[in-house]
Amino acid sequence: MPFIARRVVFYLVAAWVALTINFFIPRAMPGNAVQAVMSKFPNLTPSAYRALEAMLGVGHPGSIWHQYWAYLVDISHFNFGVDVSQYPASVSSLLVQTIPWTITLVGTATLIAFFVGTALGIMAGWRRGGWLDRVLPGLMFFQAMPYFFLALILLELFAVRTHVFPLGQGYTGGLIPGWHWDFISSAIYHSLLPAFTIVIASVAGWMLQMRNLMLTTIGEDYVLAAQAKGLPNRRVIWTYATRNALLPQLQGFGLALGFVISGAIVMEIVFSYPGIGLLLLNAVTSNDFPLMQAIFLVITFAVLLANFVVDLIIVAADPRARAREVTR
Amino acid sequence: MTVALPVSTEPTAVPEVRRRRGLWRRLPTRAKVGALLLGAFIVAAIVGPMVSPYDPGFQNPSFGLSLHPPDAAHLLGTTQSGQDVLAQLLTGIRLTLELALGVGVIASVLSIVVGVAAGFLGGWWDEFLSLATNVFLVIPALPLLIILLGYLPQKGQLATIVVLSGLGWPWGARLIRAQTLAIRGRDFVAASRETGERTWRILAFEIVPNEVSLIAANFVNTVLYAIGASVALAFIGLADLSSWSLGTMLYWAQSQQALQLGAWWWFVPPGLAVALIGTALVLLNSGIDELGNPRLRNASEASQTAWRKLRPTDPTPVLQAAPPPRSRLAGLLHAFSRSSLLDEQDRAGNRAGRSLGRAPGSDLS
Repeated sequence: MPFIARRVVFYLVAAWVALTINFFIPRAMPGNAVQAVMSKFPNLTPSAYRALEAMLGVGHPGSIWHQYWAYLVDISHFNFGVDVSQYPASVSSLLVQTIPWTITLVGTATLIAFFVGTALGIMAGWRRGGWLDRVLPGLMFFQAMPYFFLALILLELFAVRTHVFPLGQGYTGGLIPGWHWDFISSAIYHSLLPAFTIVIASVAGWMLQMRNLMLTTIGEDYVLAAQAKGLPNRRVIWTYATRNALLPQLQGFGLALGFVISGAIVMEIVFSYPGIGLLLLNAVTSNDFPLMQAIFLVITFAVLLANFVVDLIIVAADPRARAREVTR
Repeated sequence: MTVALPVSTEPTAVPEVRRRRGLWRRLPTRAKVGALLLGAFIVAAIVGPMVSPYDPGFQNPSFGLSLHPPDAAHLLGTTQSGQDVLAQLLTGIRLTLELALGVGVIASVLSIVVGVAAGFLGGWWDEFLSLATNVFLVIPALPLLIILLGYLPQKGQLATIVVLSGLGWPWGARLIRAQTLAIRGRDFVAASRETGERTWRILAFEIVPNEVSLIAANFVNTVLYAIGASVALAFIGLADLSSWSLGTMLYWAQSQQALQLGAWWWFVPPGLAVALIGTALVLLNSGIDELGNPRLRNASEASQTAWRKLRPTDPTPVLQAAPPPRSRLAGLLHAFSRSSLLDEQDRAGNRAGRSLGRAPGSDLS
């Protein structure tokens, strides 16, 4: 089977597993989730109560397979049910409001961190024992730091002590969101500190990984052969060493994406950034189970999609992945 | 290989010392720093709560002790309700390390079982287990952890350990499967199979012992994951908020506006502790990595030969044994001295010694 087709099947299986887990968690967990929600939000209408029952699988309208099928149909129509804490808003409308914020911020910052980290890793791997190698243990400190703690420190330094950056929020209060310069500039200004947090916290990981891959690749015979041919340094670095070291780095990017996004989501809470992370916190603190589950699905699908894009890039960059399509 | 012995000292003394302190010495500096740092935190976790001056939950009612900056009586200051931050920190380090250790052990066992089974049994077992491993690798763990813990009515330490372990095994399982596949075809496994060993015996006594270094590195990684995830979960309030872990400290600091009130002594110590424990683990892990893969070593000696910096593109240097740098006068005097006769021999011995010492970790990889 072609490489891409196999990957697509794999992602479909992964998505199905995520959906199924999401369906069975409320049914397998101890305690009555509906009662917990009801005692917290006593003014739900009967229809919302019934929707909640169907979502959480209590009250048994039909067999469990019947429920499962209805659930899959609902999800395929992007119908995540009614939100309980911000009733009568639907969960989908809450998601639509917050997702663009997170994708813009976390996506851009992660890409920047990946490119900067990879470039630094190439340099550190090439000039082994140079100054970049010596600052590496210091960078590991940032790598080991939880994102949200780094966010707290940056806020303390740049927002509380010196008022260089604003204290959280996505844009200056009072502005009406829209495509005009006041709003966009304010949004960019507010996103700088969160973006720095992501870059600082994750750049070391990419750098360390790329450095190690470079060192391993430089030891290969084909790099030696390229040097022996008398090729110029730059050509050996870019065409021979980097190109081959980049492929595992890309695969690592796909796998580590889940961690990075999870960290970034918790970080949003510190900045009160109006993204999906803050929504998740609100869902957790108010026991808003439908919203929590929908956020889990959305994040999972986003990660799967990003992984698929990485696979496409790998196929474009790696002749071996293409060759497998022919032979198998 | 013949090794020229040192001239004057007792020849046997040298290898003796080397063997006794071998492992610690061969560890890269990074790993040593990491191990020492981690050791300090483990000591703090064991001894800390015993010597702690206050009860971490004790709320000092006196008004002046609310949000008091660090001083002699309260070395790390107090929280909004007058609790001692140092006492909370010491208890928190213990709880967090306990949790991380528990998760590390359980998740490691899970990943060994899954990885070895997939790699050794092969066939449909491998297809199924690898698929499960890869699926759980690609599903982001934290949001799933949040739902699981969110539904649990009691979010105690044990529940957190179980949930974190249940999602922490795929990384290790993948690595261990690959290693098992590589070992499976070796002769000693075939030999023990030929002699009629049972499968479980081959697994327990032939396969797993050969993966110890990988399992150790993976254990360190899992502990790191457990600390990060548990602190993040506690920070958003998904933990037993009446106990004092590093994560719940950060939760209370955040929810009671420590940042806006300028109480840096409230949230910096627990966050710094998490970061330092994490750094220690990362250093330890990259040290173990270097031990197994000598190419990764960054010692500046690796890029220097005879005081010349080497770039990877440089041709392999073929050097005469370089003379030690001497001033011209000293060189002249040296030429007449008797020790110049030993130079040649000494250098040969040194080089042989170094090339022997340069293959550390070959027994670990």
